[in-house]
Amino acid sequence: MNTLEIRDLQVRVADEEETGILKGANLVIRAGEIHALMGPNGSGKSTLSYALMGHPRYVVTGGDILLNGESILGLAPDERARRGLFLAMQYPVAISGVTLYSFLRAAVSARRGYGQRAHESDGEHRRSPLIPGREFRQEVRAEMAKLEMDRTFLRRYLNEGFSGGEKKRAEILQLALLKPEFAILDETDSGLDIDALRIVAASVNRLQRELNMGLLIITHYQRILNYIHPDFVHIFYEGQIVKSDGAKLAKKLEAEGYDWVREQFV
Amino acid sequence: MTTKHDDLRQLKDQSQYDFTTTYEYAHRSRKGIGADIVREISALKDEPPWMLDFRLRALDIFFKKPLPTWGPDLSSLDFEEFYYYLRPTKSKARSWDDVPEEIKDTFEKLGIPEAERKFLAGVETQLDSEAVYGSLKKEWESQGIIFVDMDTAVQEYPELVRAHIGRVVPIADNKFSALNSAFWSGGSFVYVPPGVQVDIPLQAYFRINSQSLGQFERTIIIADEGSSVHYIEGCTAPQYSTAALHTGVIEIFVEKGAHARYSTIQNWSRNVYNLVTQRAVVDADGSMEWVDANLGSGITMKYPAVILKGPRAHGEVLSIAFAGAGQHYDAGAKALHLAPHTTSIINSKSISKDTGRSGYRGLVKVAKGAYGVKSKVECDALLLDPGSRSDTYPYIDVHEDDVQIEHEASVSKINEEQLFYLMSRGLSAEQAAVMIVNGFLEPFIKELPMEYAVELNRLVALQMEGSVG
Repeated sequence: MNTLEIRDLQVRVADEEETGILKGANLVIRAGEIHALMGPNGSGKSTLSYALMGHPRYVVTGGDILLNGESILGLAPDERARRGLFLAMQYPVAISGVTLYSFLRAAVSARRGYGQRAHESDGEHRRSPLIPGREFRQEVRAEMAKLEMDRTFLRRYLNEGFSGGEKKRAEILQLALLKPEFAILDETDSGLDIDALRIVAASVNRLQRELNMGLLIITHYQRILNYIHPDFVHIFYEGQIVKSDGAKLAKKLEAEGYDWVREQFV
Repeated sequence: MTTKHDDLRQLKDQSQYDFTTTYEYAHRSRKGIGADIVREISALKDEPPWMLDFRLRALDIFFKKPLPTWGPDLSSLDFEEFYYYLRPTKSKARSWDDVPEEIKDTFEKLGIPEAERKFLAGVETQLDSEAVYGSLKKEWESQGIIFVDMDTAVQEYPELVRAHIGRVVPIADNKFSALNSAFWSGGSFVYVPPGVQVDIPLQAYFRINSQSLGQFERTIIIADEGSSVHYIEGCTAPQYSTAALHTGVIEIFVEKGAHARYSTIQNWSRNVYNLVTQRAVVDADGSMEWVDANLGSGITMKYPAVILKGPRAHGEVLSIAFAGAGQHYDAGAKALHLAPHTTSIINSKSISKDTGRSGYRGLVKVAKGAYGVKSKVECDALLLDPGSRSDTYPYIDVHEDDVQIEHEASVSKINEEQLFYLMSRGLSAEQAAVMIVNGFLEPFIKELPMEYAVELNRLVALQMEGSVG
């Protein structure tokens, strides 16, 4: 069975004095499971998501990350992505001059091994490093319709001038096209109004079922968990998981806030 | 100090070793510079006396003019080291076996068809698409359009040539314009009659004479009143030049209400000094656009200019430069506003990597009496690594109060967050960097015809190869 395993993970941020943003995090996510990671601001939730994806600024100083039993610590972010890991980011960056269409097509082609196939086949009749345009357009349009995104988005520059909600939809569109085995959704609900949240959650739920995807939902608020129902909820505090339970833990946090966590685990 | 100049010299030496022994010419002048060679060229081309006279005057001026004291270091340039007239044999310029592996490899990577490769490498002096060219030629002729090489123009349209040559770029403009005027060979002559719109871009390499891509090309384009024309010089494939000195002169006349666009994609091999003077004079309500991409050569100095002499004339210079190891671009633009309500836009984008150096040098001048002028200059530089360099030298010289001049400049580095974002979607570091760079160039690339845009994207990718680890 596919698993994403975080084993005693310790991380610090490069060029920063403070050591030990993550102080030994442990978590196992199996295919098909939905985990929610909740915690107050500054608890290290986003650090965990960046470290999982291999952001160069986040330096792993101890522990391990295993994807299907193999360590991915030595892999660059693109290799992790091609192996089926996905991170929907809290703050997706804008890239001027690169259309959403050309970006998506390149990313989907990379994930599905088009470049590689082109490389392996020899000489004269080189295969295109990109997925055929017609096939790709059909697929991307279908997914956009489900996310109620206008097609004209494809011609816009990546995340440039997108509203907060538009960025989040574009992140989920990428999730839908890249079809990962494990996805981390970092504060996906922030910036989404209630209608948009419902649409985004419906797509995430559908994809999760279709792909039997393992999900890690990182969130400050319980709201998104009304739409995407977690099997497990973990409380993250000061760089580690301090408490794990079923969905009811999220309700407790919603009702009582994080104060009791602070009191209990300081 | 061992720097790019040593690399350049080394490249140059190597190329001479590769070629001078194997390359066959129908005619080659002696090495070095002198009036005897000027006379020889003129005689071989069977030119009228006024043309010889023009050349000899130019040589005289060349000797008197100093080298530019600004810009790239040209001290290693020895004018006695070059051949000033090389005429390839007519049928076959060189054997495919003689083309350097590096160039063949690039053709391979670019996926250029076999027939075209041979043409571009100078192995064939003729394109297989001659039939296509032939039918276009008939259509152009029926509209009164003249599109011939300069040698033919001197023979067939001597009065037109005589009335325009040296009028926008005077012989004495600079040392290299004088050099070109003395030794020019090849280039195009274009005349578009009043009101005629040329739909298809005229491309230098449609023409049969391979010398259009030559060492001292001289091009004159006349867009008569209300006409419009787009001329494309060069091509995206690397042009292998046996001569390491390229000094072109391009003169464009945009008459009342006419529109001209001149696009260059320069990808000379890296042993080449590329020192070009290109300038357009624009009459009332006319517009001129220079679209200029520089990827090749070792040292480039080039400042496309628009002289806006009639009211409401408009000029644009849109340029990109990509400087890699051993390359130094000193490129820019000039806009001279001589009449009221004239407008100009200068947009320069440069990328430097592997200690490459690229600079913008520009002049916006507004003459007394040229009121209501608007000019906008924007220069953006992208540095791919810490050893690379970008410089900006904007000069503004205004003699009128009622003007609007904007200047913006930015220098940026490849953003780590952008790289991470793209890589987290499965793109390799290199693919990600190429994508960011192409995005940076997008405002330029979208101005190019489709096939050139595609090629340019690929060239940028090639230039980026191995740049991110």
